[in-house]
Amino acid sequence: MSTEPAARLSGVTFRYPSSGKVLESVDLEVESRDFLGLVGPNGGGKTTLLRILLGLLEPQQGSVTVLGQRPKDVRSRIGYVPQHSSIDLTVPAEVLDVVLMGCLSDSSWGPRFSKQHLEAAYRALGQTGTEDLAGRRFGDLSGGQRQRVLIARALAAEAGLLLLDEPTAGVDIHRERELLDLLHRLNERLPIVLVSHDITLVSSHLKRAAWVNRSVVCYPAKELSPAVIESMYHGGDH
Amino acid sequence: MGFFQDFGTNPFLLTGLLAGLLASVACGAMGPYVITRRIVFLAGAIAHIAIGGVGAAIFLATRFPAGFAGVSPMQGATVVAVVAAIVLAVLHQRAGERLDTIVGALWAIGMAIGLLLIKLTPGYHTELMSYLFGNIAFVGWNYIYWMVALDLVIIVVAVLWHRRFLALCLDEEQAQLQGIPVLTTEIVLLVLVALTVIVLTQVVGLILVIALLTLPAAAVAQRVTRMASLIWYSIALSAILTTVPRIVVYGTRISPEAAIVLVAGVVYLMALLPAKRRKDDGAKNPAA
Repeated sequence: MSTEPAARLSGVTFRYPSSGKVLESVDLEVESRDFLGLVGPNGGGKTTLLRILLGLLEPQQGSVTVLGQRPKDVRSRIGYVPQHSSIDLTVPAEVLDVVLMGCLSDSSWGPRFSKQHLEAAYRALGQTGTEDLAGRRFGDLSGGQRQRVLIARALAAEAGLLLLDEPTAGVDIHRERELLDLLHRLNERLPIVLVSHDITLVSSHLKRAAWVNRSVVCYPAKELSPAVIESMYHGGDH
Repeated sequence: MGFFQDFGTNPFLLTGLLAGLLASVACGAMGPYVITRRIVFLAGAIAHIAIGGVGAAIFLATRFPAGFAGVSPMQGATVVAVVAAIVLAVLHQRAGERLDTIVGALWAIGMAIGLLLIKLTPGYHTELMSYLFGNIAFVGWNYIYWMVALDLVIIVVAVLWHRRFLALCLDEEQAQLQGIPVLTTEIVLLVLVALTVIVLTQVVGLILVIALLTLPAAAVAQRVTRMASLIWYSIALSAILTTVPRIVVYGTRISPEAAIVLVAGVVYLMALLPAKRRKDDGAKNPAA
């Protein structure tokens, strides 16, 4: 099990119908305890790469496996934390309801979640330190609390891989610290991939960094010094 | 009070009360989804397009009694409303920015066809008047049976689909990610809204149907933390609103339909005042 990569992309090329190639011949492996940061310029393909891993986009060439299967077939086990949550805050829903939504699947009928799903939801609340919020209305939470709850929602479905899009955008330094501690704890048993603009954060806290700019190059995170970044911005941008 | 003295002798008082309670179940169950999904105007479109069904039923039953003698305006309205709901659900998912305009056109066309067909049918039609303005004072048992059937369909489907509806209202993108068929869910939701509109029309009429569908749920929405509680409170509030005002105005010149909606509106406005303050508190949070 531990030798099997959490995700593998080989020879992946993707283009949107209206534009040129966003990603070209991308090879990438996410290891089973990986903590990988996707960095690179805007429009370089970071979010596209994330959406391919989620199975929301199909590459024109190449193959993608996540947890040993096609992304579409394991979607329920990929925990995803979007940058801008599309949750409608006017809908009356308690934190527990929001987290339970992570357990919902096309085979869910009837008004109630099963005992297993409730237990999984409480476990996820526990892992993110949000059990005290379970009965609060989601719309009444602060930004930092909401983000933890969204991570809990992503974990609730027994996630085997956690994907986060810009998790520290708009978060103050104190909360960023807390969030990284949380992610480090989760990383003890889960591979994590996150998209970030913050290269310092990636280089000082993550295990590996992938420079995404049409092609993908991986580095041990520590090697991602400002000088290296500088050269990549100017050198690899053709 | 006159209402209770006449209760034994006037059978329509019983059917009127039942109609109000049956309508409360439907609007209490669906109103919360309609307001949180922000599809009030689609519900309005369905109600008006359905007048095409009323017209078609009257026209066919009069002109072609051999095949359509038993077709009631309410049945005609139901069929057309369901078809309209399916079309509108697809448009809501696919039409994007042009949605308003297309829905406006369908709204007008449906009504025009209905009025045209009624004009082509000889005779004065009380059915049309009761569709437009409701007729809670004179509901026949045949309508009660039809309303019971529609209510049963609404309850069974709403219970089965509850979590999917909630997922759709709460976070459509996430629902899609988790493999929930969003378009199908939207179609099912709007078909139930269509059936609700038909049930409510019998009580307060087309003109006021949106009021009864949205006001009870909207009055409670800010004060509960869960969708399921919102549904239960909406049903209870609707039951009070469709019952008490019409008993109070019984024997006066005030129409019961107008009394129901007027009181519902006042209750909503009263509920809005303190809830607004709470919302302002929340707005201090920059992420809100």
